[in-house]
Amino acid sequence: MRDVAIIGLGQTPVAEHWDSSLRDLATQALREALTDADISDLSSVDAMYVGNAYGAPITSQSQLGALLADLGGLRGIEAYTVEAAEASGAAALRTGYLAVASGAVETAIVLGIEKATDRVGADHLRARGVSLDADYEAIHGATLPALAGLLMRRYMHEYGIELSAFENFSANAHLNGSTNANAMFRNKLKPGAFAKAPSVAAPVSLFDGAPDADGAAAVILTSADRAGDLVPQPIHIAASAVATDALALHDRADLLTLMAAQRAAQKAYAAAGIGPDDLDLFELHDAFTVISALTLEATGFAARGEGWKLAQESLIGREGSIPLSTFGGLKSRGNPIGATGIYQAVEATLQLRGAAGANQVADARIAMIQNLGGLGSTAITHILRA
Amino acid sequence: MDSQNRPIDLQTERVAFAGTGEIYSFTTVQEAPDGYTDQAPYVLALIKLDEGPLITAQMTDLDGHELTIGDRVEMVTRKLTTDGTRGVIVYGYKFRKMLPQN
Repeated sequence: MRDVAIIGLGQTPVAEHWDSSLRDLATQALREALTDADISDLSSVDAMYVGNAYGAPITSQSQLGALLADLGGLRGIEAYTVEAAEASGAAALRTGYLAVASGAVETAIVLGIEKATDRVGADHLRARGVSLDADYEAIHGATLPALAGLLMRRYMHEYGIELSAFENFSANAHLNGSTNANAMFRNKLKPGAFAKAPSVAAPVSLFDGAPDADGAAAVILTSADRAGDLVPQPIHIAASAVATDALALHDRADLLTLMAAQRAAQKAYAAAGIGPDDLDLFELHDAFTVISALTLEATGFAARGEGWKLAQESLIGREGSIPLSTFGGLKSRGNPIGATGIYQAVEATLQLRGAAGANQVADARIAMIQNLGGLGSTAITHILRA
Repeated sequence: MDSQNRPIDLQTERVAFAGTGEIYSFTTVQEAPDGYTDQAPYVLALIKLDEGPLITAQMTDLDGHELTIGDRVEMVTRKLTTDGTRGVIVYGYKFRKMLPQN
């Protein structure tokens, strides 16, 4: 296996893009990434891997590899979709990484795309439900926020903590998102607003869960050997790891341990030869605040039952010991589901290039990104290095 | 037999549960998916069966009564959803609070 580097990136704003189609968004991100990598000769692109979760149930469109390669002027190349629910983006990144690392492919585009808001309300929730356990969760009217509510209430019960303990995960995400021009919600969270937000699936509220959104993001990968000759600042993929847990929440060996997140992070730390203390920032999958708390426990930042204690601006803010969600995370930047993992890669790459503008974490050299499918049924971790 | 030659048994085992257990966690679903909107808001719970496993199910017959982690519950058969407006009715399990024994 050879080293792989990111040489280009592109992203659309994350929003409810009612005036843009899946095709519009995908081609916009693709064009931006090719420009960023200074690629004008498209024949140098060998493959494209598309991260997408709900193209079929929401947009009535599958086989995005052929469609988007064609629209991107790449007709003929190897291209297909990789799906792992909300972790589809990172799964596509992993596929691109393996293709380039193995030597089978020289240059690959990894594109995350989701057009999630073409369906709304009950129709949207039914489409989203296809990635839950159909026979044992969705059949009972479960939704992802409801399952997060079950997890959060149990967490609060076992560790004896109040709802307000989670507030700063959301507040930090919104503070960081407020300076990200591509973020969906750029408002700061008023102190106390978190506890008073309308309930979605108690104790999960509107200010706790990340909003589904539309967006597309792309990164271009090539071998590290070539990357240095092509762009001034290639960013290296120091580790790429995947792990899975039971699909249904009730089948987990321990409800309050995100085992897949733990395993994927451990594999990634081992591959990169580092530990949590070496990270300059962590783009975690903050779809719900309890997932942030459990992720910090699973990835070695906190002991069991103590992840919520990190929800303090002095620890997770941009100047804290482990900055989280530095461009707003899923909560404030928004959750363009199958594209989210690529947004994380784009944001971490900008940080490591020192090109994060108002969102810059000072002297960022090593970043971890972790993308979860469902509430941690799939966990995909990448470590990037400047 | 060494581990390399041991056959892997993926046969599922059939187990009959008593249908009783306790509330492990619960939530109220305010926004329901298509097929469940006529029941919303409804209470979804994780139930720890007396035999050990957790399962996900809706609570029924609450009639406004509060629910607490640890409450004793029992299984009942109820309609879960209908497959479209004129489709097949899907029956399955829900749980209700057990009445105090006198």
